Amino acid sequence: MTGTTTGTALGAPAERREGRQKVTGAARYAAEYALPGRTHAWPVPAAVARGRITAVDTSAALALPGVLAVLTHTDAPRLAEPEDGTLAVLQGPAVPHRGWCAALAVAETPEQARAAARAVRVTYDTAPHDAELTEDHPAGYEPEQAGGQPGRAEYGDPVAAFAGAEVRVDVTYRIPPLHNHAMEPHATTAQWDGDRLTLYTSTQGGTTVRSVLARLFRLPEEDVTVVAEHVGGGFGSKGTPRSDVVLAAMAARHTGRPVTLAHPRRSLPTVVGHRAPTVQRLRLGAHPDGRLTALLHEVTTHTSRVKEYVEHAAGVSRVMYATPNLLSSHHVVPLDVPTPSWMRAPGHASGMYALESAVDELAHALGMDPVELRLRNEPEREPVSGRPFSSRHVVECLREGARRFGWAGRDPSPGVRREGPLLIGTGVAAATYPAMVSPSTASAEARPDGTFVVRVNAADIGTGARTVLAQIAADALGVPLDRVRTEVGHTDLPPAPMAADSSGTASWGWAVHEACTRLAAHPEEGPTVRADTTGKADADSPYARHAFGAHFAEAAVDTVTGEIRVRRLLGIFAAGRILNARTAHSQFTGAMIMGLGMALTESSTLDPAFGDFPEADLASYHVPVHADIPDIEADWIDEHDTHLNPMGSKGIGEIGIVGTAAALGNAVHHATGIRFRELPLTPDRILAGLLSERRR
Amino acid sequence: MTSAHEPGQHSEVTLRVNGKPHTLLVDHRRVLLDLLREDLDLTGSKKGCDHGQCGACTVLVDGRRLNSCLLLAVTLDGSEITTVEGLGGDGEEPHPLQRAFLDRDAFQCGYCTPGQLCSAVGMLAEAAAGHPSHVTDPAAPSGRPVALDRPEIRERMSGNLCRCGAYPRIVEAIEDVI
Repeated sequence: MTGTTTGTALGAPAERREGRQKVTGAARYAAEYALPGRTHAWPVPAAVARGRITAVDTSAALALPGVLAVLTHTDAPRLAEPEDGTLAVLQGPAVPHRGWCAALAVAETPEQARAAARAVRVTYDTAPHDAELTEDHPAGYEPEQAGGQPGRAEYGDPVAAFAGAEVRVDVTYRIPPLHNHAMEPHATTAQWDGDRLTLYTSTQGGTTVRSVLARLFRLPEEDVTVVAEHVGGGFGSKGTPRSDVVLAAMAARHTGRPVTLAHPRRSLPTVVGHRAPTVQRLRLGAHPDGRLTALLHEVTTHTSRVKEYVEHAAGVSRVMYATPNLLSSHHVVPLDVPTPSWMRAPGHASGMYALESAVDELAHALGMDPVELRLRNEPEREPVSGRPFSSRHVVECLREGARRFGWAGRDPSPGVRREGPLLIGTGVAAATYPAMVSPSTASAEARPDGTFVVRVNAADIGTGARTVLAQIAADALGVPLDRVRTEVGHTDLPPAPMAADSSGTASWGWAVHEACTRLAAHPEEGPTVRADTTGKADADSPYARHAFGAHFAEAAVDTVTGEIRVRRLLGIFAAGRILNARTAHSQFTGAMIMGLGMALTESSTLDPAFGDFPEADLASYHVPVHADIPDIEADWIDEHDTHLNPMGSKGIGEIGIVGTAAALGNAVHHATGIRFRELPLTPDRILAGLLSERRR
Repeated sequence: MTSAHEPGQHSEVTLRVNGKPHTLLVDHRRVLLDLLREDLDLTGSKKGCDHGQCGACTVLVDGRRLNSCLLLAVTLDGSEITTVEGLGGDGEEPHPLQRAFLDRDAFQCGYCTPGQLCSAVGMLAEAAAGHPSHVTDPAAPSGRPVALDRPEIRERMSGNLCRCGAYPRIVEAIEDVI
């Protein structure tokens, strides 16, 4: 039993501590705090793609029953200028993209607020807009930074080396905009008590919300309380505060009443960020024995005019393969579009789709097994930085995955396995995601009854943070798991970084581990010991620290309907020490399912004329459903890495999505013999491909 | 600002929710989901899309699973509603399916979970009553209980989205109670 013995908590499949609340409906999310006198706010989205608001007629809205106010840019509270321009809502007449908040209705009930928002008449001075991403767009430029790294990395003479390579692949892949669509829409309930602000909000990081909102409303941080006990998913889109927090706080200030704002589902693609579309050109040059001589990965993407966000998809090529000549670069085009942002495995999910598809194409060109090709290009050190890897077991993942999947003896010939109208194929791809960690604080308290309380303002967005932090604490304290309680999700708790970049557990856990270790060694310091990992967690490491994985997929392509059905999906991961076998398994498989969506079902369009996403709801933007999902297998290899953190863990929230789309795309090529280089692989594209192949 | 109520826009309805009667004056625009969440503070039923596209709001209405965001409350006079809060009945013990969800880790963020649970309870009753699905063998005798293999469960549960990707675990949890 993991609950009653000592030293056995880490790694155990402990049940989620908030599970019972979630299955009985008792868990409360941000919009579910029915504070006395609580009102509801509803945004009015701008109806033009670019321009200026010249007038807002609120009279009809204000005449409706129950309406308390309509905030506009002329009367909304003035904010300090935010670092994140997407939060500067109702601060001026400019409309930077369609769907930007033009006004905000506040009423007693959600129905009245919705009706009021519809009754607001906004007049615009429309300006010409440009919302079309092209590779040769004149406004494109090379950003200095992409995903916190230099926008460009280059060594050797990649262009010449590629030109002189004996075997060459020069291919371009396209990924459309994608949407996070966490099941809980972005929502905030805000309440002012004098100059003190309380926010119940759906966020991946309450400490960040507090500091951002304190700055915007010019308050001392201690006057802002943020509660985020349960969060209905985020997948990056709730990493930093979004407009719901600011608008709810403004509306509550303006009306003197508590206000709940839940963004309507069809507003989310526009207002919470999206995975930016990418056009990725991959040039791989190789010797006939498979060793790379040149790797060029060039990414074109868009950002908004509100702020620069670069989908850092070329970064993966600086990590994965040994090559004497490398170019990894980004090109970003600012357009009159909604602002892109993080979506699960930002940069990496997109970049590895393109890189791992191109590697498969190279394997085909070489007549070499794609697993073998990857093994031949294992780097001894991280290619660009030259640093040794803290641990790197992608080879073991590939080998173990190949063994379990039954890869040996695979006929590499594409388009030859038929079952009636179906064509069957298998594919493989590798995966990588950085093992990141940030400073955090935490406290551990010894209670007179022999139990312990661990406190840290972590966010449990569905990862099971409460549970895994208790496991870390129990082993560090040397007590059974059932003697430890965890408190998370409140700014009264020790400040902590956000649940993002697969770094939450490593960051919070390090501080928890330190507090508990000290409390166990020096009980006289107690009853409460507080730890701060600043200076340790953010210390420069001489090691390149990444998680790795391998994905294997089997797909059946229906030549009559164009439908692709996934038959098998296997992911093997090397992500340091796995701290909770049950919740880790759920995260890996869940991310693989999101990757399946990226490969097969999820598609959005930035309509050039309209300047926004037509696929704005869940009927038109297809996230995978039960019927899309076969039995999925995820497992991991034991990895002991002492260069990470005291737990020896790498993040696990994102690596699962990274290689899925490429493995599926490669399986579809193996099935059909056709390379589809634009996601998603929907029946229309498959049928068109099959038809043009037949005409040849 | 005007008064909160306008004559002719509200009507009285009586419904039983989780066994308890409630008589309410409701805005004609109010959907069952908002009645549960706003009027009764039963926030277990979730608002994921408000358009009948995600299933997070699924409840049982007179034993049938329905998207409560698509049901105008004023049309439900006399209805018997069961929400996730009422699945376990009066006792302390959760419904066996709730227990199975815990055992299988059939959720992560938990936001779709109440809808998955209510939908599964309704789905099991539909299969027991012999309702066919898209994947049911057309030659199967009509009106007899349908055996629920994985393709049947997946097909019948496809109105309930889960962005965390707990689908395989949800199917296992449902199998546990069949």
